[in-house]
Amino acid sequence: MEPLTWTGSFGNILDPIFQLVVVLFAIAVVAQFVGAYVFAPINDTYNTDGTITRDRGTNAMIGSTTRLLIMALCALAAVYIVAGVFAPIGAVGIVGAVAKQFAPVWIALLATFLLSISYKRRLGLYGKLFDSTIGMIGFALLMFWVYTALFVGVFDMIAVNDPLSQVSRMKNKLPGTPLPNIEDGQYAYYLLGGDNLARDVFSRMVHGSVVVILIAPLATLFAFMVGITLGLPAGYLGGKLDTFLSFLANLVLAFPVILLFYLLVTPEIVATGIPNYMAMILFVFPIIFFGVLLNSRYYTRPKLRNPLLAGVMLVMIWTYLCAISAEGTVINVLPEALDLFDIDSGILVVFVSVVFVNSPTVFRIVRGLVLDIHTRDYVAAAQTRGEGKWYIMLWEMLPNARGPLIVDFCLRIGYTTILLGTLGFFGLGLESESPNWGNTINDGRKLLSIYPHPALVPAFSLLSLVLGLNLLADGLREESLRD
Amino acid sequence: MGLFILRRFGMMLVTALCLTYIVFFMTNLYPNLEKLAKTQGNFRMSEEAVDSYLGNRGYLQPTPIKYLQWLGVLPGFATELDDGRIVGKCVRPGVAPEDTPTYCGILQGDWGFSTVSKEPVANVLGSRLANTGKLMFWVMVVMVPSALIIGVLAGMNEGSRTDRTLSTVSIMSTSTPEYVSGVIFIALLASTRNGLGPWLHDLGLIEAKALFKGTAKSAMDDANLRNFTLPVITIALYGMGYIARMTRASMAEVMTAQYIRTARLKGVSFGNVVLKHALRNALIAPFTVIMLQFPWLLNGVVIVEFLFAYNGFGMQLVTAAGNNDIEMLLAVSVVSVFVVLVTQLISDIGYVYLNPRIRIS
Repeated sequence: MEPLTWTGSFGNILDPIFQLVVVLFAIAVVAQFVGAYVFAPINDTYNTDGTITRDRGTNAMIGSTTRLLIMALCALAAVYIVAGVFAPIGAVGIVGAVAKQFAPVWIALLATFLLSISYKRRLGLYGKLFDSTIGMIGFALLMFWVYTALFVGVFDMIAVNDPLSQVSRMKNKLPGTPLPNIEDGQYAYYLLGGDNLARDVFSRMVHGSVVVILIAPLATLFAFMVGITLGLPAGYLGGKLDTFLSFLANLVLAFPVILLFYLLVTPEIVATGIPNYMAMILFVFPIIFFGVLLNSRYYTRPKLRNPLLAGVMLVMIWTYLCAISAEGTVINVLPEALDLFDIDSGILVVFVSVVFVNSPTVFRIVRGLVLDIHTRDYVAAAQTRGEGKWYIMLWEMLPNARGPLIVDFCLRIGYTTILLGTLGFFGLGLESESPNWGNTINDGRKLLSIYPHPALVPAFSLLSLVLGLNLLADGLREESLRD
Repeated sequence: MGLFILRRFGMMLVTALCLTYIVFFMTNLYPNLEKLAKTQGNFRMSEEAVDSYLGNRGYLQPTPIKYLQWLGVLPGFATELDDGRIVGKCVRPGVAPEDTPTYCGILQGDWGFSTVSKEPVANVLGSRLANTGKLMFWVMVVMVPSALIIGVLAGMNEGSRTDRTLSTVSIMSTSTPEYVSGVIFIALLASTRNGLGPWLHDLGLIEAKALFKGTAKSAMDDANLRNFTLPVITIALYGMGYIARMTRASMAEVMTAQYIRTARLKGVSFGNVVLKHALRNALIAPFTVIMLQFPWLLNGVVIVEFLFAYNGFGMQLVTAAGNNDIEMLLAVSVVSVFVVLVTQLISDIGYVYLNPRIRIS
């Protein structure tokens, strides 16, 4: 079989147009940049009837051209994708075949955007996101990977080959190479080439997204639980508690992250069970958080509080015990029958160290916000009403600090993704054949100047996910500042 | 002010002690010691052999005692083996037993002995730090001016197209961690088979097949554009976006101040307003940010030195951690804690000097 080209026969017509538009777009961006300094910002035309017409002159023209070119670029990209989804494999080359594999993601993205945009006025801050272009682009990039992870992880769609299986004679093959002998039901190509162990780069990349999308937001959430639970009292109560906790936070922050990873995430340390003990401590914080949250709100209504708190606590403590106790580790408290799930020890240690690294920063942010909000009138009002201090912290201050916290949450997921990549890049944590992006970049970098594709594919994936999160955070910040 | 600095130094000392103790504790856990014994002796050592190796060298004492020995408060551990050799903390190859000091710790100025490179830690780390210093210097030279220029250009016309373009650029640079940008740069700019290199070569613009070198090994002795550009811009790129965004925010805030409006209404030209009125006030915040960026740069340095095979401080960290080279790791963490805390101190003091509204009493 013929190897696939990048855009196939379809590309023969469209590629020159696409290249032309890209070049024009680059020129327009540069022109716009230079034009802002060269041409006058306003342009007055004196009409014969004595009136003056004022516009932005040349700059406005360059601006509208640029916008037009962006639209053309997007339209062309959409044409490639649509053609790829509907045309048979090979007609639109690798781009088309990849687009075809991602078909469920496109549909889900389209549905999300159509629904969100049509109901955006009823959706609060989330809906406002769709007023900002930057925010929308960021959200699209993020959701692309979320849906990819969902379809790969839950429905086993998108990926064409097993991420671990090796096919002989496919070592380091270029993108679009057909498999030498195709068995029944096997996909005929390595769409984005083979790596140095003859595995499918494309399938490994989409499987890698599952690891990231699973760990990064959850770890960030836990870091926020820890940071909020400790940061609120540190800022609000102050005193010795604040001094002590701030010292601890600064201590962790003074560690170079990579040294910390090397100390925490080696097989020797895992054997001592230190990550399990750390998990035991860090996983308590959500329980404390929700316990105090509910208790401070409903303690005046014992009839409602008692069953509510008992129910929530029971579920959370059970989950907690299931999470920390696992066969063959130092903590094995729960009998087999009650233990619903075990966390893989590699994932646990990565998770714990990422939470540990992130929480001091969250602590500092929350503490700073609380110190800022402390002097507001509504806090004074709550104090005068005689509300408890935890009620004030959790139900008066925390909701009012949500804007910066949500923005930081997005940024921090991006940072956590980078940290996970760093761990993989140094070969720490997850086992070496794991398809997560950091590991694959590390594997691919050895032959980088000869066969760049095994490293570039996960590198660009990671870049796009983090970029999406950062753009989303930027859009959210802009929109939340607007009210 | 003097008291403030003194207090900060006290704090620094306590932090350094706590941190080194944590590192000490982690590296002295039994599985780590076992790994050390096996890499130093041989990999097929029996459990008894490992125990006697560790016991003879004092590794099996309680951790606090070992820590104090490392600090130089307690005398170093030493035993005489059956064959008459003396082994212990203070024993160095090439030093006669009668010359071996009783105390050998930080207080005596002895940073210990690296078990990987078989040399005193101070000798090894000194040259490595010099290499990293060179890298950091060039990173700063590239990163700071470009970040400030981008930030100021974007911030002086908030909301304009220039601002939006430059802000997007800086967001992109903050979303590209070093191991991603490094890999992309090597693949596109340092390859003899792909990317720009062969193309420029065919056009006859460059002599070599590749534009830059993919490793910085030769840059340790002789740094030039070809072997040092990629490591420097890889680190600089990630830090640049953040500083640029902070500069932009601070510039944008200053540009809305009353005195800027006054200057504009007085008829001062826009260029003069930016350069003479706004810039100085707008650069206070970025100064702090740049100082606090140092610890992050340290991370970037580790990744980049690992990626480009540049033998510096970061590479030392990776090899020391990978082989559980205890005393080297401790020295590495002391150095990094020192860098982190000193830059914090400088940023605090500098802030006071730059901003006349703040006084430390």
